[in-house]
Amino acid sequence: MIEEKVIQSDIQTQEYFLNMGPQHPATHGVLRLILKLDGETVVGIEPDLGYIHRGIEKMCEYDTYRQIIHLTDRMDYLSSHINNEAVALAVEKALEVEVSDRIKVIRTMMDELTRIASHLLWWGVMGMDIGALTTFMYAFRDREMINEIMEQTTGARLTMSYNIPGGVMFDLHPEFPERVKNLIAHMRKVLPEYDRLLTGNIIFQKRMKGVGLLSKEDALNFGATGPVARGSGLHSDIRKRFPYSAYDRVNFEEAVEEGGDNLARYKVRMREMYESLNILEQLVDNIPEGPYQMPMRNLIKLPKGEFYQRVETARGELGVFIVSDGKKNPYRVKFRSPGLMNLNALLKVGLGWKIADLVAIMSTFDFVIPDIDR
Amino acid sequence: MNLMTANIFAQWLQGTHGWLYVLILVLIVAIYLGFFAVAGLLLVLMERRVAGFFQLRLGPNRVGPWGSLQTIADALKLVSKEIFIPKFADKLLYKAGYYLVIITALIGISLIPFAREIQAFDINVGIFFISAVSSVGVLGILFGAWGSRNKYSLIGAMRSGLQMVSYELSAGFAVVTVVLMAGTLKLSSIVEAQHGTWFLFKGHIASIVAFMIFMIAGTAETNRVPFDLVEGESELGAGFHTEYSGMGFAYFFLAEFINMFIIAALTSTLFLGGWLAPFGITDALPAQWFWGLFWFMLKTMSVIFLMMWFRWTFPRLRIDQLLTLEWKYLLPIGLVNTVLMALFVWKDWLFDIGKIFGL
Amino acid sequence: MGYFNKIINAIKTLLQGMQVTGHYFFPNLFKRKYVITRQYPDEPPVVFERFKGEVVMWHNENNEHRCTGCQACEIACPNGSIEIIWKRELDPATGKKKKMIDKHIYHLGMCTSCSLCIQACPTNAIMWSTNFHSATYDRHSLTKVLNRPGSKLMAGVEE
Repeated sequence: MIEEKVIQSDIQTQEYFLNMGPQHPATHGVLRLILKLDGETVVGIEPDLGYIHRGIEKMCEYDTYRQIIHLTDRMDYLSSHINNEAVALAVEKALEVEVSDRIKVIRTMMDELTRIASHLLWWGVMGMDIGALTTFMYAFRDREMINEIMEQTTGARLTMSYNIPGGVMFDLHPEFPERVKNLIAHMRKVLPEYDRLLTGNIIFQKRMKGVGLLSKEDALNFGATGPVARGSGLHSDIRKRFPYSAYDRVNFEEAVEEGGDNLARYKVRMREMYESLNILEQLVDNIPEGPYQMPMRNLIKLPKGEFYQRVETARGELGVFIVSDGKKNPYRVKFRSPGLMNLNALLKVGLGWKIADLVAIMSTFDFVIPDIDR
Repeated sequence: MNLMTANIFAQWLQGTHGWLYVLILVLIVAIYLGFFAVAGLLLVLMERRVAGFFQLRLGPNRVGPWGSLQTIADALKLVSKEIFIPKFADKLLYKAGYYLVIITALIGISLIPFAREIQAFDINVGIFFISAVSSVGVLGILFGAWGSRNKYSLIGAMRSGLQMVSYELSAGFAVVTVVLMAGTLKLSSIVEAQHGTWFLFKGHIASIVAFMIFMIAGTAETNRVPFDLVEGESELGAGFHTEYSGMGFAYFFLAEFINMFIIAALTSTLFLGGWLAPFGITDALPAQWFWGLFWFMLKTMSVIFLMMWFRWTFPRLRIDQLLTLEWKYLLPIGLVNTVLMALFVWKDWLFDIGKIFGL
Repeated sequence: MGYFNKIINAIKTLLQGMQVTGHYFFPNLFKRKYVITRQYPDEPPVVFERFKGEVVMWHNENNEHRCTGCQACEIACPNGSIEIIWKRELDPATGKKKKMIDKHIYHLGMCTSCSLCIQACPTNAIMWSTNFHSATYDRHSLTKVLNRPGSKLMAGVEE
């Protein structure tokens, strides 16, 4: 359903179509938006998806349960760890395997590190979209520290395939707690500087405040989740509603803002970074001992039935729905991707604003197009 | 040509006729073209190194010592690119675009006083002429965008025309403030009039406000961040020069940097005392043309550094916020400021350090 | 009065932003204090020991490896980057015909670095190396044969 807004004016002007094509510096990936413009104001948006569709859900039907993990890495590559965890938790729920505390804590800590890395990249790229070009480099300097932590333990920097059904693939590197503590100290020093650089800036506030309003009912109707919904006042953090791994034993606050405009979504993500640092601080000194892999059979076969597991990625709720008929390959795997539902909300939110505002709105929605197209 | 001038160009031309006259004119043109090319080169390199240091990295430092030959390598790359014109493009306007911006930039440089002895044209209405010529530069952008037959370019150029015309006004009022203190439009006389104290300090409140307005309006004139939605790198691809490749793009790029140099040179001429040394430190040394040039370049480079600092820190403004800034904030303040400065000049409430110290 | 408040607030926040970038610029200009560039060919790159660069097969000093040709890695690989070519030969120790490894072919161009083959191997024959210089002009040189002309180690048949 695409709504169109009619703008009344005295002068007879003609509407024209602009193609924000698949190759564009501001749509983070290959997203084609056909905009109907009246002067500089957007009156209609039509998305054209599928430029990076790789058939991940179909490929999952030909792989065993251990082999689908590496495919989920590449869906939303900025929270690849959390995607892996979703499938691993779904399989463990189906087989009713209870993992040890150490595994839960390791998974939670890696989750939060991934979330901070994803939000840092979002902040850097958003600065670049709006025109402040140094934020990109500052964000990547901090992200490099997180990448080095990941590389030491898992061996890869972006697509990690670290969570497997039954635990994690390697044990933590001995330098892990020290590096995480250094990271926490560095981030606590540097995040207020970023606030002074970008958040308080009068130009930034003018571009973000009151722009791109998403009301609470609309967020609920469109199925928006994650910081997009929390910026409109919906309490929708999966880590609080349906806790998994070690989230029920840490204290953290849900970041919710009323307002529904760009600035509210921005503030939600900045606060989430602070909360992730709190979680890391609580867990880094108390990593329990135990096995890092539970004993599982070599060939995993799930009992017949349907299993659903939801996790909170950096973009929203990722749902994994597995239908199994007892064989070693799943019958059907469906991923409920957060980006696709948020894109629905964009089609209504973007109407009536100018092109420059549309770019700013898209950057606060934080799309990763391979997540939408799978 | 005045017989009593210290300007070496005027002295060369004095009393020559016929082909010698033409030869010396061609020589002067060659010197200025050389300066144009070298200044463009060094400014691009300075921008990239300064950008690197702001962004926690080094700029280009492999091609030549401290990366000095990097721009030559870039120019060679641009020359070797294929120049293609879109099929239904208007060829005359497409080419007129980049010729116009280069011509206006060159005319702009030739009027600036680099030192007491170095100034190509010293006409009576100096500052007024530079203002007029930079308005013609807007035409170059509009021609280029219309001739490209591309919707993105057209959007960029419309925004640009609007922006440059509006900010000319505010820049004009800041200039009028200075002219009130100096009493003349001629550029060399404006510099001479700052002999005791620079205009930035002379008309205390009024000229500081005028300086700030001129900096903001100047940054908007040259389409730099925070006013660069004309190019809009993250929004529209490349704005009005999307369809240009190779040397055409190089011309637009160079012209933007030379425009930035002109605005910075104007700032230092009008407000910071041009080629005058602070407190007359080096006035007793021989080879005065060198010291004049040195102080002028130092002041201009500082203003250019300030503009680069703006570029790498601030996000960009939207078109309606830009126009609001101009018409609701800069223009009223500029008008009130002009009246204030007229009051100061009439009542002689100026802060003249030279009279205090007897310089 | 709100007019002037807005102007003063605007100037204050702009100067704050400039202070942050200026704080990084001036030490960089003179001392290169905050520069994080690693000039790669001159300085060696920093690679950690678990980095997943390329799969290699372990050989000892006598050019012997531990691969029995059991095809567990080939079955575990999700996209067919490993092909095992085995042969039946006379085993000199027991005198019977046994299945032995002839060639262990590894397509580096298709590998997704998921580590499932290394997890599946019962004798720890293959492992990760940190070599990332695998760029080449010819795609066919990315198909590698992992076992050098050698033989198999004894006492690795259990498990």
